[in-house]
Parts: sequence; structure tokens; C-alpha cells
Amino acid sequence: MSSERPVFRHPQATKNSAGYSRKDYEGAISTLCAGCGHDSTTNAIIQACFELAIEPHRVAKMSGIGCSSKTPAYFLGRSHGFNAVHGRMPAIAAGANMANRELLYIGISGDGDTASIGMGQFAHALRRNLNLNYICMNNGCYGLTKGQDSATADRGSAGKKGEPNPYSAIDLCKLAIELGASYVARGFSGDKQQLVPLIKGAFAHNGLAFIDVISPCVTFNNTSTSTKSYEYVREHIEATNTFDFIPLQQEILAHYPEGTSQEVVMHDGSIISLHKSEAGKEVTSRRHALDGLEEEKAKGRLLTGLLYVDPHSVDTHEIINSTLRPLNTLVEADLCPGGAALAKLMDGWR
Amino acid sequence: MKPTDINDPEYFHKVIDCQYACPAHTPVPEYIRLISAGKYDEAFRINWISNVFPGILGRICDRPCEPACRRGRVEENPVAICRLKRVAADYKNPEVDFRPPVPAEKNGKRVALIGGGPASLTVARDLLPLGYSVDLFDNQAKAGGFVRTQVPSFRLPEKVLDEEVERIISMGVNAHFNHRVESLKAVVEQGYDAIFVGTGAPRGRDLPLPGRSEGGASIYIGIEWLAGVLYRHITRSGPRVLVLGGGNTAMDCCRTAKRLGAEEVTVVVRSPKSRMKASPWEIEDAQEEGIPIVDNHNPLQFVIENGKLVGMTFEKMTLRQEEGGKERLVPLGEPPVFLPCDEVLLAVGQSNAFPFIEKELGIRMTGRGLPELDANTLQSSLPQVFFGGDAAFGPKNVITAVAHGHQAAISIDLFCRGLDLHQRPAPHTNLVSQKMGMQEWIYDSRVSVDRRYKVPTVDRTKSLRDRLLEVELGFSKQTGHQEAGRCLNCDVQTVFEFSTCIECDSCVDICPESCINFVANGDEEELRQRLLVPADDPDQALYVSPPLPTGRVMVKDENVCLHCGLCAERCPTASWEMMKFTYLSPQADK
Repeated sequence: MSSERPVFRHPQATKNSAGYSRKDYEGAISTLCAGCGHDSTTNAIIQACFELAIEPHRVAKMSGIGCSSKTPAYFLGRSHGFNAVHGRMPAIAAGANMANRELLYIGISGDGDTASIGMGQFAHALRRNLNLNYICMNNGCYGLTKGQDSATADRGSAGKKGEPNPYSAIDLCKLAIELGASYVARGFSGDKQQLVPLIKGAFAHNGLAFIDVISPCVTFNNTSTSTKSYEYVREHIEATNTFDFIPLQQEILAHYPEGTSQEVVMHDGSIISLHKSEAGKEVTSRRHALDGLEEEKAKGRLLTGLLYVDPHSVDTHEIINSTLRPLNTLVEADLCPGGAALAKLMDGWR
Repeated sequence: MKPTDINDPEYFHKVIDCQYACPAHTPVPEYIRLISAGKYDEAFRINWISNVFPGILGRICDRPCEPACRRGRVEENPVAICRLKRVAADYKNPEVDFRPPVPAEKNGKRVALIGGGPASLTVARDLLPLGYSVDLFDNQAKAGGFVRTQVPSFRLPEKVLDEEVERIISMGVNAHFNHRVESLKAVVEQGYDAIFVGTGAPRGRDLPLPGRSEGGASIYIGIEWLAGVLYRHITRSGPRVLVLGGGNTAMDCCRTAKRLGAEEVTVVVRSPKSRMKASPWEIEDAQEEGIPIVDNHNPLQFVIENGKLVGMTFEKMTLRQEEGGKERLVPLGEPPVFLPCDEVLLAVGQSNAFPFIEKELGIRMTGRGLPELDANTLQSSLPQVFFGGDAAFGPKNVITAVAHGHQAAISIDLFCRGLDLHQRPAPHTNLVSQKMGMQEWIYDSRVSVDRRYKVPTVDRTKSLRDRLLEVELGFSKQTGHQEAGRCLNCDVQTVFEFSTCIECDSCVDICPESCINFVANGDEEELRQRLLVPADDPDQALYVSPPLPTGRVMVKDENVCLHCGLCAERCPTASWEMMKFTYLSPQADK
């Protein structure tokens, strides 16, 4: 097996506006199974970072335990990272985010890491609207321990072992909308055309952006009886909308004929331009989003795309009114402002 | 686009850029892998079967393979294919007899070869094992033709030439040396079943400028002068020598003059340096030996004082862009430049001459003094007479002569058996999986990051004192192994089976060169622009699959594929497979 990827890249490959080539966003070569959906999701993240010209050293990637949580080793090899214990990615991400709000946080988790052992952590990260890009690589099984059904496996779905799952599935997107996430989307690892803009939109979003990526486990859960196989997902996928993500600096260049698109202006001034206006109208409504998910589920379809976004989202820092500066830049004078400052504070309470 | 037909032998052949570019289609990656494995005999054998003169070509080949080499598009420099050929020749076991068996009982057909150069020798090599009787006529004392008389020993030692020529002569060629054929009619009348003319382009062009005849004693035609040096008629050159011309002969002349005691040697060319015909590495070698090249100087006259050549005058030229994008060399209009010299060597081109071919034989000639030939069969308008090498289409190079030799041998064999010359044998092809185990391949799929290794040379001052001392030392076994490791194994093809593909994108994600795409089909021109990296080189094929379940097609741009096998390693359904494609050019039927 090749343990290395050749160093050469296409001679005509371009650089982004920050002067980085796509290679600068790559990581080590993947050790996941050949054909794993996670590798495609990883590449979608690389593509999004490259296209948005994000500086690699301004990114921190966090993960828990599982196949999915191994992937931060396979992208953004020049960024910060922390591999937490099982299900504890949100806590670590929250801590890091509190200490330095200037970085872009990418939290990688899986269905086991999120919907089972880390469910408590997940719920509170959502509730606090932490400014985190929470990407869940969801394959409906515990691939690292030979494919047992996970909490997101649909009832009746059967993996390689052949036993249909008797329990009801957790829909992570519905949960995220319910519990306070301000950007919720679902993608498919086999459709980068949709996934890359979803990730870019999440990066521009202020607050918790949750993306549930259906990412088939090619070894244990890609059977004809599974509802998370490549084939099943392709046949049952239903896109809410197709859209373009337009970063702030390109805003002026985008032109769409009236009536064919609806625009959602993001916190940083970027624009999400939805192509299907009839679906787009509902994208900022929580209730419509939940209804849409429920309706498609009843039809046996899997709704993907941008499900819900709150463009006026207020993240944890704003809620608790924390300092704007990273903690490591605060010097003694900032932290111990002295007697005069104390007196002023005390006066305020008199 | 229509799905690619990989059963067409030319599709994968074209992916092997080096082999495709080689006139003789030598299976380059195969012999490079053998060198890498230290199997020099087998590497030599592959070369010998295909290009007949590995030791010679490993030194003086024009190397059309190297500009074509994929490695040159991936990084700065192609694989040193030519010098690796020499490695095979240098380190093969000298005891091994590479010659195929020649039947003692002949087939009763007699073939005459006129001229003993590489084209004729190739014909002999291909026909002797089939039982033909071969008579060879050459006006020199030994075979080798212009390779012997024109290529100086410091580039090609006589020992190497003798060894490779003798390997063929000893197969049973009935050689008549020191025998100039004065009349083709006389040869025809001897009743040969077929006659092959491989007499090269023997005439060096003259420069009939004022002063040419008065200075005649100090003005030489380059190729005649080089032959004179070889036969030691010429042992010294004057202190100041001007070499006119920008081809490889000019480079050989100037470097030889330097070795015969000339103190100042200058090469003068009419056009800009960038337009010189000589191979870049030969220009480099000349310049490294301290020989300046004066460009944009058009010769006007030989200046004679007291009956002796004292120099030449030139007018300065410039390349001017004309309407319609054409370029033309025009005088700058400055006063003439005088360059002093004691001798002038003219290397301004060669032309064909067939003084021995009588008109009444009925061999039709073109306006350019070349025989009218069928480009595929090399047959002339006199059915039993075939042409090859420089004699066929004007001066080219050794490897082209060898390729002609193979084609002529096929034609002669078909002709003697009374078969249609246009029903030519097909190439021998084979496609074999390289899978050895889980993500393990028979070939070394790792892509080396080594940059091209330089061939070591002897000490410059030492080599300039001795014209027989070979300048290049050749790669050591160790360096040869490392250089061989740079080969990208382009003959190990990425073969795609669309029916099992689940479109998981793994191959797209892993491909370091972004070659693989899953996109909606379209017209070639438009499709090329829609790929991950636009496929801007129309000479490099797109590999297109039939439609996949999502309606898309797989499109692979072959251009900079590293043949690293990662697509096949990451494919969960083995829809990609690494398969070695063997393409052996047809030769006279065995």
C-alpha cells in the first residue's frame, strides 16, 4: 500500500487570492477504507477552505473518537487541532472558542460520537449557539468497531451483518433546529457540488452551523438493505434548494434574474443565493424547516441542502458579552485594571 | 464524447508518450524497469530487438522520446531515457549472444542492400532469421555508414560501433566492403528478389560565395572533413577556425577542430540561436568546451589575401515578424562584419544524390531529387526496389533509419512471398493486471522526487587533447538505478470499468494531479474546459467512460497522470485497475 501521496500536483493548478495552492490545505494520506465517504467530505472541506482563501493558520479543527474523528489528520495539515476523548469535541471546541474567538473552528464528529456518547455535549453546544462549524459524518454505523447500528440508523435498515435495526433513528438536523442551532444543513459525501457551498455558507455563519453529511461506510453499511448506502441515498435524495455561496468580496459580481433566486445576507456580508425561490422563502423559518423534514421523511425521501438559517444569529460570545480579544493577548493591565477601575465599577452599583 | 475504445491498440500506446514518439516504438518504460531491477541483459535485449543499436543510440540518438516524456510536464526535466539505454548496453553481460538463430537452410530469396548504414543493417537483421540471403555493398572498409564517418569518436567510440555493427554482420551478411555501387542497373540485372537502397544523404552542401575557389585549400565541406579526420587524412586544423551552420554536424565539426589543435573555434549561424537545428544538449556541450556561437550573421564572402584565406565577411541579420504571423530573416543594413580565420568548415546542410541510379530503370524521382515512395511500404516505382533511412525522405536521424529498416524488411518479406504490401502485420499488444495483493502492485508505484541526474564527463582539458577519448562516462549502476526510478511507468495503464463504479469520488479525491472527473458529458472542446483542471493540451487524450448510474461520465485527462495507482488503491470496487500495456511494433514476420 502506498503510505505516501506523490508530491507533484497539476502544473496548471491555480492559487487562491491568499496565495495558497490547494495542496496547502491537504493533510496526511487517509488510512480509512478505500471508498469511505469521509474522504470525500474531507476533500469538500479542503475545497471550501481553498476557494474561500482561508489562511490555514487561522483554523482550529477539533474532533472526538471514531472514523470521522480521524479525518482532521487528512485535511488542513498546517492548522491547529485537538483530538478529544469520545463525544467531547463540543467541550474542547467551546473552551478553545472562548479563549480565542478569532479563529475558524471546524468540529468533526460522527454519528456515534454525536448521537450516542456525545449527545449531551452536542445538545449544549447547540443551545449556546457556539460559533462552531459542526460537521457530522453520518454513516449510520460504528465503522471503527465493525459496523454495529448507530443511533442514526433508520429503523429496518440492515448493514453488512444483515440484521435490520429495530430502533427508531435520531434525525440530527431536526434535533439541531429544535435545540437552537442557527445554520442547519444536510449534505451527501457523494455530491460535492452541493456539499462545498454548504460548508462555505457554514464558515460565513456566526453561530453554530451544523452540517449532517450522509457519508456511506463502504465496508459495513453499503449494502442493498441499508438506507445509508451510496445507491439508496442517490435514489432517495431530495434537495430543498440549490444555491450559490457568494463571499463578501465577490458580491458585486453576482447577477441573477429576478424571481429565480432569493438571497440571504450572512453576518459577515456574504450572500447565500438560493435558486429555488419557492423553497428559499422557508429557509429562515424554523417551523417550515421542521415541517419540510417531516414531510419528505413521510414520503421516504431524504431532504438535503440548506434546511434552516438565522441570518441574525447571536453567538455565545455575544450572549455572554465576552472580551473581543483572544485571551493570550490580554496583559496584566487588562486583567488587573487597578483601583480606579474598581472604584468605577463599584460606583455603578451604588 | 463517445466512450473511449481502449481496445484500439493505439489508445494506450499514445499514453506511453516516449514509446509513441519513438520512430521505432521501443518499449521504453519496460526496459527502464528492467534497468531499475539490475536486469541489464533483458533491458538490452528489448532495445536490441526494437532499435537494433542500443549502444550507439544510447549516445547519439536524437531522442524524440525525451521531449515527449510525461515527466517533463510534471517537473522540469524528462527522464534521461537515452542515457539509460546506454546503461543497458554498458552493463550487459558481454558473454551473452543476443542474436536470434539464423536457419542454415535458406529460403531461396536473395536481397541486396546498397549502403551499410543503420537502415540497411536493420533490414539485414530482420530478414536473416527468416532465411533470406543478404548481400551488402558499401564503399567503406567497414559497415556503419554515416554513423561511422560523421560521428566523432569522442561522442561514439569506435569499439561500441564495431560491436553493434559486427553483431549483425556476423549473423551471415554477405558483405562486400570497399565496393562502390556504380550502377543500380547492374545490381538489378543480377536478379535479386528485392533491393534496398540505404545510401543516406551523402552530399554536403557547398557555399558558392566569392572567394570560394581561391580559398579552396582552406575551405572544407563539414561531413567530408569529419570523414577525413576519421581516416586520418586530416590530423591538424588551423589556429582559427570558423564553422558555418547550426546543426549537429556543425557541433561535431567545431568540437573536433578544437581537438585537432585549433586555438579559436567559432560557430557562425545565420538565424538566432534559438532557431538552431542542433540538439540543445549538443549546443551545450560545444559551449562548455569554450566554443562561442555567433548568431544572426549571414556569410557574404571568403576574404582572400595573397592567395590565402584570411577571414570571412558577414552581414548582420534579424528575425522580423511579417504579416500573417510569418517570420523572415532580413538584413539589419549595418556595415559588413569581418571575422578573421585560417580555415572554414561548411556544415550548412546535406542533400541526397543517386548518381548510380540510371534513368532507364524507371525509378521515378520527385522534384527534390528524392525517390517517389509509398510512405508506408517504402516501395519505389520499380517494385523490387525499396528505400530507407536518409535516402528515402532526406536527412533525418539514426532512429528514423532503423524504423525505416523495419518497415522495409516487412515490405520485402511480403513482396517476396507475393503478398499485398498494404496488409501489414498488426502490433503485438497485451494488457495484464499489475495487482499483487491488497493495494500492492507488481511495479514500483512510488513516484520518485529525484531530479534528473547529470551524466559524468571526463576532465575537459584531458578530453580536448584527445579526439578519441569519449567525453561522457555514462551513468554508474547506482545512478542509473536512481535515474530509472524517475520513470513514471506510463505503460501501466489506469483501466476503468464503468459497470462496477459506485461514484464514491474516492479516485477524484486522492488523485494528486486532479486528472479524474465525474461530469456531465459534452463535446470534447467544451468538456475539456469543464474539468477540475482544464485539459488544455489537445494532443493528450481524454479517457471517457460510458454513462454511469447518475447519468454522468468519468473523464480522465491523461496529460499529467503519474500512474501512481492511487485511484486503483482507493477504489472500493476495483473499478480502476492498473494494467500493464505491452505494445510491440510489428517486424518482418517470424
